[in-house]
Amino acid sequence: MHPPALKLVNVHKSFGPAKIIQGVNLEIARGERHAIIGPNGAGKSTLFNLVSGLYSLSDGEVQLNGAVISGKKPFQINRMGLSRSFQVSNIFANMTVRENVRCGVLYSMGYGYSFWRNIGNLKEVQEKTAHILEDVGLLDKANLPASLLPYADQRTLEIAITIAGGAEVIMLDEPTAGMSHSETDRAVELIEKAAKGKTLLIVEHDMGVVFGLADRISVLVYGEIIATGAPSEIRGDPRVREAYLGEEADHIEGEPA
Amino acid sequence: METIVFSLLNGVIYGLLLFMLSSGLTLIFSMMGVLNFAHASFYMLGAYFAYTIMGVSSFWLALFIAPVLVGVIGMGVEKWGLRRVHANGHVAELLFTFGLAYLIDEIVKIIWGRTSVNYQVPDSLNFTLFTLYGADYPAYRIFMFFVAVAMLIFLWYMLKKTRIGLIIQAALTHPHMVGHLGHNVPLVFMGVFGAGCALAGLAGVIGGNYFITDPAMAVQMGPIVFVVVVVGGLGSLEGAFIAAMLIGILQTSAVSINASLADIFGFLGLSPASEVGEITISSMAPMLPFLLLVLILIVKPTGLMGDREV
Amino acid sequence: MTDMTTNSAALAPSSGEKFRERVLPFILFGLVLIVIPFFGPSRTTMTLLNHIGINIVFALSFNMLLGRAGLLTFGHAVYLGLGGYFCVHILNWIDAADGGFWGNLPVFSMPVFGFAMGALAGAVIGWPSCRRAGTAFAMISLGVAELMAAFAYMFDSLFGGEMGISGDRMAGPEFLGLSLGPLEEVYWFIAFWTFLGVVAMYMFTRTPLGKLSEATRDNPERVQFIGYNPTRVRYLVFIFAGAFAGMAGGMSAVQDEIFTPESLSLLPSGAILIAAYVGGIRYFSGPIMGAIVMTYMGSNLSDYTAGWLLYLGIMFICVVMFLPDGIAGIVFGFWRGIRSPDRGHLMGKWAQQLAGVFLLAIGIIVFVEVAFRWSEGYGEVWEPFGIALPHDAILTWIIGIIPFVAGVAVLRHVTRKQEEV
Repeated sequence: MHPPALKLVNVHKSFGPAKIIQGVNLEIARGERHAIIGPNGAGKSTLFNLVSGLYSLSDGEVQLNGAVISGKKPFQINRMGLSRSFQVSNIFANMTVRENVRCGVLYSMGYGYSFWRNIGNLKEVQEKTAHILEDVGLLDKANLPASLLPYADQRTLEIAITIAGGAEVIMLDEPTAGMSHSETDRAVELIEKAAKGKTLLIVEHDMGVVFGLADRISVLVYGEIIATGAPSEIRGDPRVREAYLGEEADHIEGEPA
Repeated sequence: METIVFSLLNGVIYGLLLFMLSSGLTLIFSMMGVLNFAHASFYMLGAYFAYTIMGVSSFWLALFIAPVLVGVIGMGVEKWGLRRVHANGHVAELLFTFGLAYLIDEIVKIIWGRTSVNYQVPDSLNFTLFTLYGADYPAYRIFMFFVAVAMLIFLWYMLKKTRIGLIIQAALTHPHMVGHLGHNVPLVFMGVFGAGCALAGLAGVIGGNYFITDPAMAVQMGPIVFVVVVVGGLGSLEGAFIAAMLIGILQTSAVSINASLADIFGFLGLSPASEVGEITISSMAPMLPFLLLVLILIVKPTGLMGDREV
Repeated sequence: MTDMTTNSAALAPSSGEKFRERVLPFILFGLVLIVIPFFGPSRTTMTLLNHIGINIVFALSFNMLLGRAGLLTFGHAVYLGLGGYFCVHILNWIDAADGGFWGNLPVFSMPVFGFAMGALAGAVIGWPSCRRAGTAFAMISLGVAELMAAFAYMFDSLFGGEMGISGDRMAGPEFLGLSLGPLEEVYWFIAFWTFLGVVAMYMFTRTPLGKLSEATRDNPERVQFIGYNPTRVRYLVFIFAGAFAGMAGGMSAVQDEIFTPESLSLLPSGAILIAAYVGGIRYFSGPIMGAIVMTYMGSNLSDYTAGWLLYLGIMFICVVMFLPDGIAGIVFGFWRGIRSPDRGHLMGKWAQQLAGVFLLAIGIIVFVEVAFRWSEGYGEVWEPFGIALPHDAILTWIIGIIPFVAGVAVLRHVTRKQEEV
């Protein structure tokens, strides 16, 4: 029996007097595709920052494959096999698309802080980079500076950097935010491909994406998870309907935003 | 005993002067994210302006006009210089002010010459206020003390009780949010930059005749003020105050200690004839702020009161 | 799998491109270094060339921090100074030694020791400094520089007090038949190490650490989420930057045979910052150009005018405000421009800008020169081309103001037209 890929035990976070996360318990099994939804300000991004090590926990514990990761630095957590993306594009703006992805590949291939190797001669790094660029469909833009990419492509690059290190647990923070319909469709396709055989934790506002993609969904309201379950259970849960008043409740009923 | 009292008194005055400089620097930094490298050059301008104004009029007029002049120059620098560079990021802004410090130094040399000018304490303040342990205490130092305290109260009032103060306070704690407040940000920036420079100018007016007014005064004062803001924690007014006091008292006290390192660490076998042993505490005084900086960094990298990584 | 390899091959630049961009410039650089002595430069020129070589290595090492890692330092001369001091001491040990390790050590190897000392200094000083980045890092570098300079003035036995310490480069065994006595032989020494330093620092940019330093400059937050500790990246780069600065110090110890505590102070640190920035920190070759131009101007213009530092300040501010890519930006922009189909239009624009800058420069020079002579108070009058320009003559003001205003007008006109397009 494997330990869960990700386990949150009684996670708390407060900023001064403001309690943002108040006791979150969550288990995500290996290979599961889990989505977190909730109204604005519920603490979804904070939760991501807690798990990935950007913020420190006020109380509680986070485990990755059974090992405690709370209290560790982001780069340590990343090396243990957890990778995340950001809500706003967080890329290396002055480098080319290819260099961006290549930076994401380096550590996982064992090149650490190496200063005695020419990066151009690292064949397996070049191939892995090319492979990822092809997978996400950025091959034709590989030599453009990242800052010159159109918005949707920057979001794609964001995901490409996230998966480049080959982490087993992938966390995506609103990957389709601000995208058009067709762009969203392509992004979902990409996420499905990228998450194959891996554990996926995703925060998303687009209910169409959430209900199409997730195996299980957790609903976060005011820093607490009020419901966790399969999409069909969540859809019918009265508490969830109550949290999402009015217009948004319709989206939960299956109409894509 | 008397050494301690005098050191403490002079240290506090020097510390207040440092705070007058570092508070302006901190305000500008918190608001705009720019560390004004030319800040000490504005301090120097304040002293030179006061000298010139005193030549044609009186010290009391200089006390008010010189800081205003410096503030106006600061506003001009912000409007026509800094604002243009802003788009290129903080490093470019810092480098711009670095170049500006160069320029002001050279211009001061052209206008007022390469040697020091005879900027003196006004006659009306040039008397002994009291005698302590048989030593005379000049009134001007106490005057400096009161000017600094008056400035502190004024600053406190501005920050706590006025609308602009509220905006600045918001900027101190949430630097990224100022832009969303809906205020005329460029105007606020220009005002804050000008006010910060005026504070530096005021420090120059009262410090220039206490120390020496020469073209090197900016280069001497600058690094110490930067140490104060980093030790205090960049962007923290309280931190800057504590650090300014600490460095002021530390440096002033050290000057009056004639003991050598051998006297202190003699029990460890340090010989007074050795090179390290014969160093006196007073000769180390100019290095103390920088030693403190390194020590603080090892213990608490964000500075005394700093909690945000900038 | 076969299509994968073609893809990765298509991604990487072709071997022809690689040669043109990464090998050819260095071959040309090496050739220039070899050819220079055959023009029979004078002793003064030779000394200048040697200093240019030293400053090229120094400026590039500075740019490892500012341009490549985004770390602004006001105290980079500390590492050059410590490396150089160490080498002057070694020169003396070699001189005093009778056989043994020091007795058999050729002076030619000094930059290696400078490199080691610079790396050591970087490792010690970098440890507390690199815990911060950005503005705090810049201020810390300033404080450390002040501290080191004060230390140097305090310990006479190590640093020789105000006078510094000197050595003799002709001591020890010869290497490659170079006694290092005549300046021409020193030139070959400098040329050799300059070339090596430039190539090594270029290769550093191509390593994983070099790439990561750029990534950390662009986005330190994200670097943490691809498995790297940004503090560690900065620290390692800092050690290398210190090492190459120390190497320049070793070159300087042999060229000048003396080091004074002033070499650790803020002045040389500021000078190299200006040289690298004016050259263009976003290009690898920028600091090289900056070092050449600035060293040349520093040794020549300072003879012509007392206002040299003022001109330097004005130039630096103008570069920060209007030309953030520096000289290299102009050179490469020009190169791209004359090969673009739009070149006729561009040429016109450049001609106008050049005219504007020229007019502006006339105005500024008139003001500065007249002001300096007035300030010195000896009643000396500036007489360019035989025209006397005293500070109180109307002619002086006309000659100053009209070109200044005209220059500003021309430049604004060009900028405005550009914005309309």
